[in-house]
Amino acid sequence: MSKHFKLKRGLDIRLKGAAEPLLKDAPAPRTIALKPTDFFGLTPKLSVKADTRVKAGDALFFDKYHPEIIFTSPVSGTVNAINRGERRKILEVVVEPDREQEFRTFTAADPLTLTREEIKKQILASGLWPFVKQRPYGILARPEDTPGHIFISGFDSSPLAPDYEFIFKDDREALQQGINALSKLTDGSVYVGLSPAQKNGIFASLNNVVINTFEGPHPAGNVGVQIHHVSPVFKGDVVWTVSPQGVVYMGRLFREGRLNLSKIIALTGPEVKKPHYYKTIQGAELTDLLSNTTKKENHERVISGNVLTGTKTDPDDHLGFFDQMVTVIPEGDDYELLGWALPGNDKFSASNTFLSRLFPKKEYVLNANLHGGERAFVMTGQYEKFLPMDILPVYLLKAVITNDIDRMEQLGIYEVVEEDLALCEYADTSKIKVQQILREGIHAMIKEVG
Amino acid sequence: MKALRNFFEKTKPYVGKGGKYHWLHSTHDAFFTFLFVPKTTSGSGTHIHDYIDMKRTMSIVVLALVPALLFGIYNAGYQHFGALGQLASASFTDRFVFGLLKVMPIILVSYAVGLGIEFIFAQFRGHEVNEGFLVTGMLIPLVMPVTTPLWMIAVSTAFSVIFCKEVFGGTGMNVWNPALVARAFLFFAYPAQISGDAVWISAEGVEKMADGFTGATPMAKAAMGDTGFDLWNAFIGLIPGSIGETSKIAILIGALILVITGIGSWRIMLSMVLGGLFMGILLNLSGSDNIYLALPFWQHLLIGGFLFGAVFMATDPVSAAQTTKGKWIYGFLTGVLAILIRVVNPAYPEGTMMAILLMNTFAPLIDYWVVQGNITRRLKRAGVKA
Repeated sequence: MSKHFKLKRGLDIRLKGAAEPLLKDAPAPRTIALKPTDFFGLTPKLSVKADTRVKAGDALFFDKYHPEIIFTSPVSGTVNAINRGERRKILEVVVEPDREQEFRTFTAADPLTLTREEIKKQILASGLWPFVKQRPYGILARPEDTPGHIFISGFDSSPLAPDYEFIFKDDREALQQGINALSKLTDGSVYVGLSPAQKNGIFASLNNVVINTFEGPHPAGNVGVQIHHVSPVFKGDVVWTVSPQGVVYMGRLFREGRLNLSKIIALTGPEVKKPHYYKTIQGAELTDLLSNTTKKENHERVISGNVLTGTKTDPDDHLGFFDQMVTVIPEGDDYELLGWALPGNDKFSASNTFLSRLFPKKEYVLNANLHGGERAFVMTGQYEKFLPMDILPVYLLKAVITNDIDRMEQLGIYEVVEEDLALCEYADTSKIKVQQILREGIHAMIKEVG
Repeated sequence: MKALRNFFEKTKPYVGKGGKYHWLHSTHDAFFTFLFVPKTTSGSGTHIHDYIDMKRTMSIVVLALVPALLFGIYNAGYQHFGALGQLASASFTDRFVFGLLKVMPIILVSYAVGLGIEFIFAQFRGHEVNEGFLVTGMLIPLVMPVTTPLWMIAVSTAFSVIFCKEVFGGTGMNVWNPALVARAFLFFAYPAQISGDAVWISAEGVEKMADGFTGATPMAKAAMGDTGFDLWNAFIGLIPGSIGETSKIAILIGALILVITGIGSWRIMLSMVLGGLFMGILLNLSGSDNIYLALPFWQHLLIGGFLFGAVFMATDPVSAAQTTKGKWIYGFLTGVLAILIRVVNPAYPEGTMMAILLMNTFAPLIDYWVVQGNITRRLKRAGVKA
């Protein structure tokens, strides 16, 4: 049964530089990389060495504790480098693509005719399993589980987010096939959350799913928020979430019998000359894409993902596994004379203390400056305004800080991941690192409760 | 300005760890960050942060206090010349300047003592200096009678900053409102100097009060059974009382600033006023002959520190209840208690201070109850689903 949810709490940050609906081919990336750091809690084990030749679909590394979960190369080529960080932690496995692409072959079949085990096996073998995350905790799903339901958010509400109807406009069939595959993995339903604007879009035309609409500001598009309203997660429950891009890849896998990881991303942000969409591939190097598309007037910060939850990246780094956009903003590493006292007609704020409040339509250039020092919790009622869930975020965070497992459980740690509280961190007067604290809490829960 | 920034940047190594002037670190940092928003950028988590920070938040509260302060200064002069019977001959400037000379030293002492202690604690803790005292340092003078000796201001400020705030861990950790603790400290330590009819008006050089002049506040008079105060003057603020509490207009302007900017909780303000009115009505209904009990309920808002407490004191986010539902309960009970203590307890001329401090104490309990409610509700949801 389709339901409509009207969410009041949240905030749409009016950042300059949204992508125009114009699609271009990105320059062919010189290298492709897969980063174990994109997966929270993963302990990777390498399957390849430098100079190993791989086909598209061959494993680069796997999960030490679940060896059946493999991470495969999106292209055929040669392993160029294995970059390590402190204590030899694997940061990325870099592959240089061949000119002629070779693919490992998989079964091309309508997933509705396959069994649950066959589907699982194919998704695992192709390296698309990491697109399946589980709630609680937002970690890689365990293949042996059967989830209560599977949730897919059909829109992204974060700042400058790409329009999914635009980037998946040629993937309707793949989406449907992917959903058919996923529907075999659960005894419950596959839920798709949509914004009211998508009423006549591709997602709304999908079969074999339950569609709910979510109206309201960000984070209405977060899958965690949607789960909370449809079928909240409590102790012992497991549900899975898959991003639409993952569903599309799975659909293509079953249609074409090979990996086809080309994707459309949005290049956005105030420092981008002409923000629009680019066709590229999973894990692509960003160097050539960024070399003449950004303004280069200020010290720039390149983010793989959005400004709230994305990863700070070097311009010659690679696109993150789950990221559907690249945002470029000014770094803002400069002093500002009496900045806290200025009227601020050019400063976007969630509070009512700046003149910018008087211009409800204007878009703003926002930089990465903290705009103040870190303080203890002082203001109250601030976080609640940005979390459309029946959860008391400050009390949850305080339970994490005091490492009180029972309290975390009671206050809803099973239902949230960092992205759900990112707006609280953005708006906080005290500049508290909300996402980091929550991640520590989730870490503690996994360790203590499992 | 560049020269100034260079000065701060160049001197930074000297106050850093192991530097010759390390003991000045918190001071250097406080002035540097006051003048220049630091260039620190986001290292983890969200890449963008709101422009709001603690400095702006606290300065908006100070801004909201300015109307009450300015009126308080004027009223100090007005009451003085009134006591002399020379109101007609004293010009607006005369009254204001007289008030300024009385009030300014109190403010200076409050800030100097309080900020001095804050700087020292920040230095020892290795923290940045917190902005909370910018507000407290202004609230303390505004809740004092104008005749309070400066050394008492100093002692009470020091007491409250050290024992009410710093021992608990500084701004954000205190249980009670620091400005009210300063006031309460004086009230109990030096009752003679802070109560009675003589303290509200600076009567220096007054040899003989003008005929029929008593200097008692309307509230004190009401407690004695004389409720014939001038309502309009009480609203404007031309009555004796603590420096900042008399003008209801000035307080309402401040309330407007706090509510529009969202810095002060309108829920607490509204629910406290509702609580006060509710108690006032109950007392009216008691049908007693006591003239104070029969004072029309709404007139309680015009006398004493009730409104000032509701707008600036009860709303302190740290010591008030923190949950939305908790704020309603906390505010309402504060209002009820304030009027109850004010009217029924003969030992205290005013109930607002006591009521807020008492409810500060109970605020965590109220929040605990609200949080438990949230937990139960969420568990119920789980049960329904299963």
